Amino acid sequence: MKQVLDGNEAAATAAKLARVKVVSAYPITPQTTIVEKLAEFIANGELDAEYIKVESEHSALSACIGAAATDVRTFTATSSQGLMLMSEILFVASGLRLPIVMTNVNRSLSAPLSIWCDQQDSMAVRDSGWVQLYCENNQEILDTTLQAFRVAEELLLPVMVCFDGYILSHTAEPIEIPEQAEVDKFLPVYKFPNPLDPEKPVTMGPLGVPEYYEEFRYMLQEAMHASKEKLVEVDKEFKKRFGRYYGLIERYRSDDADVILLTMGSLSSSAKEVVDTYRKRGEKVGLVKVRSFRPFPVKELIGALGQAKAVAVLEKDISLGSAGGLFLDAAASFINVKPAPLMLNFICGLAGRDVSPLQIKEAVRAAAKAAETGKVRRAVRWLGLREKVVGLKV
Amino acid sequence: MSLKPGAIITEPGSSVRYETGSWRTFRPVIDANKCTGCGLCWLYCPDAAVGKGKPPEIDYRYCKGCGICANECPFKAISMVAEERE
Repeated sequence: MKQVLDGNEAAATAAKLARVKVVSAYPITPQTTIVEKLAEFIANGELDAEYIKVESEHSALSACIGAAATDVRTFTATSSQGLMLMSEILFVASGLRLPIVMTNVNRSLSAPLSIWCDQQDSMAVRDSGWVQLYCENNQEILDTTLQAFRVAEELLLPVMVCFDGYILSHTAEPIEIPEQAEVDKFLPVYKFPNPLDPEKPVTMGPLGVPEYYEEFRYMLQEAMHASKEKLVEVDKEFKKRFGRYYGLIERYRSDDADVILLTMGSLSSSAKEVVDTYRKRGEKVGLVKVRSFRPFPVKELIGALGQAKAVAVLEKDISLGSAGGLFLDAAASFINVKPAPLMLNFICGLAGRDVSPLQIKEAVRAAAKAAETGKVRRAVRWLGLREKVVGLKV
Repeated sequence: MSLKPGAIITEPGSSVRYETGSWRTFRPVIDANKCTGCGLCWLYCPDAAVGKGKPPEIDYRYCKGCGICANECPFKAISMVAEERE
């Protein structure tokens, strides 16, 4: 059945289809309509779940931790400052290996205060032991959220499904809604090993003395590595059942490309348009989209980018004092690997600033020049920056 | 023993599993000639590592060398001897 849904409705619909038993969340723009929609589903009887009202995001995720530990499927959603307030508990959720699924609607961070989209929020918690998947459109949001529960529950890892605020969250598209019976077959009833149960007491969250802590971190890292294969496996099964497949990365006209754009999230769609205009002129420009940022698809990117002359990494985040997070990981993938493409980083679209085809073309031109000369003059640049107002000479 | 994901412990805590003897830097040694078998060392040992008897046996897997027994012994029958690496 097709329905016209915005990104937030797609996420809420996926949580409903997954028959989540506990939702705990705190309203924050632009995520709010997800949990409003879920509250509505629960109130009108469409979803049999407990909605736990809390006083903050810190409590929202804490409530999800408690719920997930008692053996029920759990969901929450947040954005930006909310994710920051959760950050302490993010590490607890992954450390306890609780398979919570959370939507993060990407929004920039204060200060200055902004409600608009960029990916600085989820990028800031990339080291928290959560699987991070980035979606390009609303269909992908619904499908990825369903897949997220499978991956989370089979590997005991929390999964964060990220998508761009407003650009997807508040923009409606026709999307295919799978039948409940089919989703039930895809997502079996949640079963947590050794749940909290008064009849059979367990200890959760004990002290990790120096003799033990390192092993638990290693096990978490191994589970994150294993999630790569699991994501592919679940994706393939999803395709058999529902006909759609996404992959850890997507290669768009990139196989023979000299210059490749590397993107994440909704920016990929605009960049694909730009790739098409170059291809029409016979220029070998392609795009690779990263869907799974954690685990990071190192092998897949070496395969997809290795033959290119130059790669332009466009991203809506910056690790201040260094470079963009996607760029850093992509560049690190090629350590000890030859041939390796030249890499350029373009910081763009912060706090909802539009990334226009003209700007993307500027990145392509810079990468093409690097490919031609074999030199990169400046690795990290800003697209769409108003140079004069920050005192730069143009 | 293999660790469970998330550090979940599925059995109640047990000091039997935790061999505190590895902490020891001084080892209590009992002089059988002075020991009267009064049992005060057995009573005071916080790890139940001292048995009853004359002289009592000490379970060095759990004796962490705190020296309480030597301090309490009214007959000065217990001396603390430094552990030496072989």
